[in-house]
Amino acid sequence: MKAAPFEYARAASIAEACELLAHHGDAAKLIAGGQSLVPMMAMRLVRPAWLIDINEIAALKFISLEKDAARTGACARQCVVERDDALAARVPLLRQALAWVGHVQTRNRGTLGGSLAHADPAAELPLAAQVLGARMVLRSAAGARTLEAGDFFAGPMASAARADECLEEIHWPVWPERRTGSAFTEISVRHGDFAMVAAAAQVALDGDGRCVRATFGLGGVGTTPLAFPEIAARLIGTRLDEAEVQDAASSAAEASEPGSDLHASAEYRRHLAGVLTARALRGAYKNAHEKAKAAS
Amino acid sequence: MSETLHPISVEVNGSRRAGQVPARLSLVDWLRDELRLIGTHVGCEHGICGACSVMLDGEPVRSCLMFAVQAHGRRVTTVEGLSRPDGSMSVLQDSFCETHGLQCGYCTPGMLIAAQALLDANARPTEAQIRDAIGGNLCRCTGYQQIVEAVQLAAERMKGPKTP
Repeated sequence: MKAAPFEYARAASIAEACELLAHHGDAAKLIAGGQSLVPMMAMRLVRPAWLIDINEIAALKFISLEKDAARTGACARQCVVERDDALAARVPLLRQALAWVGHVQTRNRGTLGGSLAHADPAAELPLAAQVLGARMVLRSAAGARTLEAGDFFAGPMASAARADECLEEIHWPVWPERRTGSAFTEISVRHGDFAMVAAAAQVALDGDGRCVRATFGLGGVGTTPLAFPEIAARLIGTRLDEAEVQDAASSAAEASEPGSDLHASAEYRRHLAGVLTARALRGAYKNAHEKAKAAS
Repeated sequence: MSETLHPISVEVNGSRRAGQVPARLSLVDWLRDELRLIGTHVGCEHGICGACSVMLDGEPVRSCLMFAVQAHGRRVTTVEGLSRPDGSMSVLQDSFCETHGLQCGYCTPGMLIAAQALLDANARPTEAQIRDAIGGNLCRCTGYQQIVEAVQLAAERMKGPKTP
């Protein structure tokens, strides 16, 4: 046994989980897949008095495709999400991000909501949520509220969810443009490790190959995953030629706020931020073209 | 203060096993210390090394990142559950022996679980798929090459008429 002692409750429903959270407040921690929380408990970085297990709540595992959004329950397992072809067709960046998340064994337990709520600024799913502008539905005994990803990620390993709130579902925007392409890339010591820097991008093109919509962002270079809407807006109307891509990449690298640690210096991370932004933008543009070709 | 004990009932390698566990007991500790199934190894105990991999309802997971209480009502397969009913080695286990897919053997139970789960889902994996499937398992002896060869050999043998 590595974790400090705690009391355990298996919630059978969202209502029960919320009741338990309302009762125990700060003393309680929700556990979904446990792939981040259990290591932190083993190292005793976290010592909750109560652990509320939401793994068995079937109502938190759904994947539902709607016209302009895909909705996923917070406890949808990463392995289930990555295998869902219909979801990947609507929100391709999600599958592209999951290809970099951990390993088979961790994706078999890990959940979408668990990774988002853990809010690691270098993790892939928070970056995908930030870049796409996903919306998080937070439920408490008092009711529900919805936060944009930009407001949800509050700092390193910190979300804006209150102690009495449970992340219930995530709304992933679906872009209607037929020529939409996306890409996710990162640099880590080994595949499946935490990213030193990660980059994600999504662009939509018109029939002439001009960008009509763009978003991109970086992970691992700030206290939260970062999106750069002003820089992305400069790409509208362009064909993402090399000069425009390099301009966006260097602007993003400059705007990023990397720190130094054992794995990489701040200077190296800033360098990677530029290189990976360019790769993600080129990748998304190419992907949009390929999709347009495949569809025609 | 004594810790609350939770009753659990888990199907382990085909047998129903019951126990009373404190919530903080990890699944791997329950398997090893209570059920004496010591084939599953404890490595890093925080989800990095993969030595403790077991199958949960047929899917490989890290048993150090689950509490035993969470396995209640589920089906667990450990490395002991991979051998044939008469106790002899499975095709995959034989392949590991023949290609020198192990030296010290510490990672082997986790490697076998990861590789068997792959072969169960995909009888003809590519080398890249094999490397991806064992990507969450660390081995400090073999350099991985012989492990990849073992899985390839097992896949080759299992496609014949012989039963696994």
